[in-house]
Amino acid sequence: MPDDVESAMKPEEAVQPRESSVAVAAPEARTRYVLRFTLGQRYLHAVLFTTFLVLAATGLTMRFSGSVWAIRAAKLVDGFGTILFFHKFCALILTLAFLIHVREIVARGLFKREKGIFWGPTSMVANWKDVKDLVGHMGWFLGLGPKPKFERYAYWEKFDYWAVFWGMVVIGFSGYAMWFAPFFARFLPGWALNAALVIHSEEGLLAILFIFSIHFVNTHLRPDSFPMDMVIFTGRESEEEFKNRRPDEYRRMIREGKSAARITDAPPKWLINFSRVVGFTAILIGLTLLILTLSAYIAG
Amino acid sequence: MKTVSSLALAFFASGLLLVVPVRSLHAQTDCLSCHGDSTLQDASGHSIGVDGNKFHSSVHGSLECSNCHTDIKGYPHPDKPAAVQCETCHAEEASALAGSVHAKASEPSLHGAPNACLNCHGSPHQIVAKTDPNSPVYPLNIPKTCGVCHGNAAMAKKYGLPNVYASYIDSIHGFAIGKEGLLVAANCTSCHGSHKILSHRDPQSSTYRTNIPATCGSCHVGINEQYQKGIHGKAVAAGNPNAPVCTDCHTAHGILEPTSADFRMQSTPVCGNCHRDKFSTYRDTFHSQLGLLGGYVETARCWDCHEAHEVLPASDPNSPIAKANLVKTCGRCHAGANASFVGYQPHANARNRRLNPALYYIRLFMNLLLASVLTFFLLHTVLWLVRSRFQQVKSKPAGGKNA
Repeated sequence: MPDDVESAMKPEEAVQPRESSVAVAAPEARTRYVLRFTLGQRYLHAVLFTTFLVLAATGLTMRFSGSVWAIRAAKLVDGFGTILFFHKFCALILTLAFLIHVREIVARGLFKREKGIFWGPTSMVANWKDVKDLVGHMGWFLGLGPKPKFERYAYWEKFDYWAVFWGMVVIGFSGYAMWFAPFFARFLPGWALNAALVIHSEEGLLAILFIFSIHFVNTHLRPDSFPMDMVIFTGRESEEEFKNRRPDEYRRMIREGKSAARITDAPPKWLINFSRVVGFTAILIGLTLLILTLSAYIAG
Repeated sequence: MKTVSSLALAFFASGLLLVVPVRSLHAQTDCLSCHGDSTLQDASGHSIGVDGNKFHSSVHGSLECSNCHTDIKGYPHPDKPAAVQCETCHAEEASALAGSVHAKASEPSLHGAPNACLNCHGSPHQIVAKTDPNSPVYPLNIPKTCGVCHGNAAMAKKYGLPNVYASYIDSIHGFAIGKEGLLVAANCTSCHGSHKILSHRDPQSSTYRTNIPATCGSCHVGINEQYQKGIHGKAVAAGNPNAPVCTDCHTAHGILEPTSADFRMQSTPVCGNCHRDKFSTYRDTFHSQLGLLGGYVETARCWDCHEAHEVLPASDPNSPIAKANLVKTCGRCHAGANASFVGYQPHANARNRRLNPALYYIRLFMNLLLASVLTFFLLHTVLWLVRSRFQQVKSKPAGGKNA
């Protein structure tokens, strides 16, 4: 592609709306941004994906310890001790992050009686609308109806959340059972330790395959977000984008008169660049691990 | 430089002048008056000089030259004296050698030496006792001596010799000999014998499969006792040729320190050569997954639980894997191991419904979960991708980055 064509196309690309048929060519100064994720939520995601990448890389090396790449990787870091160390280290960090998150939910939902934690449009708990959205979305895939109007968290995002939540409980519990096997054997029968490895490795594989293929594509790599949805890094998206992606939330925001509180300025340039570097690195590592996993499966 | 012919000519000339008859030679000094010259060479350029002092201090120092060079009765003597026959005195060694793998090597043409004995025992006029550190067959020198042939890649290839010097000298035995100068460490002859070295395929050989435990056991008495009590030793004694002997796990020449990482890494699959199902189920466990990658070698290997030499079945109350001993056995690594902990099955087979039903169904459930979640979302994602792309193209009919 000649340089002039490429550069001529860039501005258009930058303002190209997602899922929208209306091209918005407003100058950047007038573009308003809506805050979608708080700093705390962004940090939580950052801790989550950083530790997950390390846990996945080290875990896969153990799971497929017979494969060529695993043995090479082990040699590179001077054997297994290092791999296990990082696996356990990241497990501890992730456990801590998980506990902080649970503590926050309990504090906000149970003690402060904050609305919208356990039910309502802002809750992560599935509701009837999610079922309708799922059916409607599938209908839209097949050209059988209009696209559903999503709220703050769409059904696949709730699934992502609960998959991770359930995964952390299951993988975490089985992992600690193996780590502190003699202690856990006080309450569990011996064969449960056998089961722990089966559960830990299968659930881990599910998480890895799910995140590195389905979550990546659904959230980042599908045409409307390609190559990456930056909102989890910058915390904000343009008002237009927000309106198109979550029309129901947008309407509710206007209705409840909360738009002023959520309107924010554009993310600083450094944050966008930083997010790009971090985000693409994460996606690249994830895809590499996905390929290694699949290759180990195929090689047997 | 003087040569034999010019010397002979000189003697011949003086003999003519003095009219002295052919002299008989008895004392070493007579021979050394010519051969004492270290630069003396025969017609084909081989040195025929003899260092008188070294000869005197050699094991043969008290002998007359003619005791070995029997065809030389006096002077002048034939230009080409007959080859010395060591077996005249060393009959036992010679007959042992004749029946050995080195019988062929005794053909003089093979290595250029006029006599096979000299290949190992060195210069004929300087042979010292094998207890003398200068002897090529002194225990610390033997590996190097054998290595002249068995450590020479070109020679090994040409004659089909086992080229084992390199792996031996890096082994625990080779280290003890070569680096520590430990006289009692096994050198080549400790296992193979010296003169009557037989092929390991010969049932008479000390390195024949079923003779190996006794051969190694001549030094490793305690280990051999344990081995003989174990199931493998009993099987070998009962004539089972497939039961493992020392070298199956430890190898023959490149024997490693058994606690070393390399040994622990290399020897685990050896047990799997026979115990295939047990090895396969071991591979499914954390012990193996950790252990395969190296660097964390303390994870349980076969012999950590089963013992290395006194391997006994679980039904034997002396076995470390007998039910009553499990807490102690697992407790060697797992501090705090208790009765419930040792209910862990180190060879569980999650693929076998009959043997491990609970594990089988857990694995089945996990697999179904994996398959259903991934299948649903894969379909969901692919449909979504196609629809989004379709929408994108439709809404941007002309130009656009992907049109």
